[in-house]
Amino acid sequence: MLAAPPSLSHTRRMSVDKEAHMRRHHDMGGLEAGPVERREHDYAPWEKRVDAIMRLLSDPKRRILRVDELRRGIEALGPGAYDELSYYERWIASIADNLIEKGVITIDELGRRMAEIEARHEAERAKGRAE
Amino acid sequence: MSVGKRFPVGARVRIRRAFPPGHVRAPWYLRGLTGEVCHVVGEFRNPEELAYGRNDGAKLTLYRVRFRQTDIWPDYAGPAHDTLEVEIYGNWMEPAEEKAA
Repeated sequence: MLAAPPSLSHTRRMSVDKEAHMRRHHDMGGLEAGPVERREHDYAPWEKRVDAIMRLLSDPKRRILRVDELRRGIEALGPGAYDELSYYERWIASIADNLIEKGVITIDELGRRMAEIEARHEAERAKGRAE
Repeated sequence: MSVGKRFPVGARVRIRRAFPPGHVRAPWYLRGLTGEVCHVVGEFRNPEELAYGRNDGAKLTLYRVRFRQTDIWPDYAGPAHDTLEVEIYGNWMEPAEEKAA
């Protein structure tokens, strides 16, 4: 957990305590964060796909989404989602929010498509179990 | 936004103590602290504007600033000469008054 407040220089502590509520969640330099996970891991196909989506949206031909906008969307997820989602889950959540804001996709169309894909996966899984 | 004042390597600079909302690119724990410019990285468009899809073409200077760890963390357990280098845009910096030591 990242609950412990950072310990800041004594000369600043009085005013910084007052300003602590103005620290945004992602801005966590100095907070207790546990050990660094150093194990290498392979990317799942969906993670590679998220990376590819971002590259296509941000390439010089399209310029639909900048990396700064991606990052802003990630920081806007809020403390719960920011801590719980995995790296590429945060990316796709931010990409979706940004594309809705920009009018590239609508909430209605995205919601229907997500339900459709979920149903298809369920059917495929059921089929797999039956075989 | 203008490019702003250019700080040379070795300049003592203070990170502005300001807490605006939004896509702020100055670490919270450094605001109000003084460090020394150790490298001028280059000029880039402002990420605080790019994050909202705005791009007026103006560029800011990005600096690498060195801070003493003991200036940042009062309970810092490492050697007193340990430093932290952070890349930060010039719009977050102001000239530091030299303290009478």
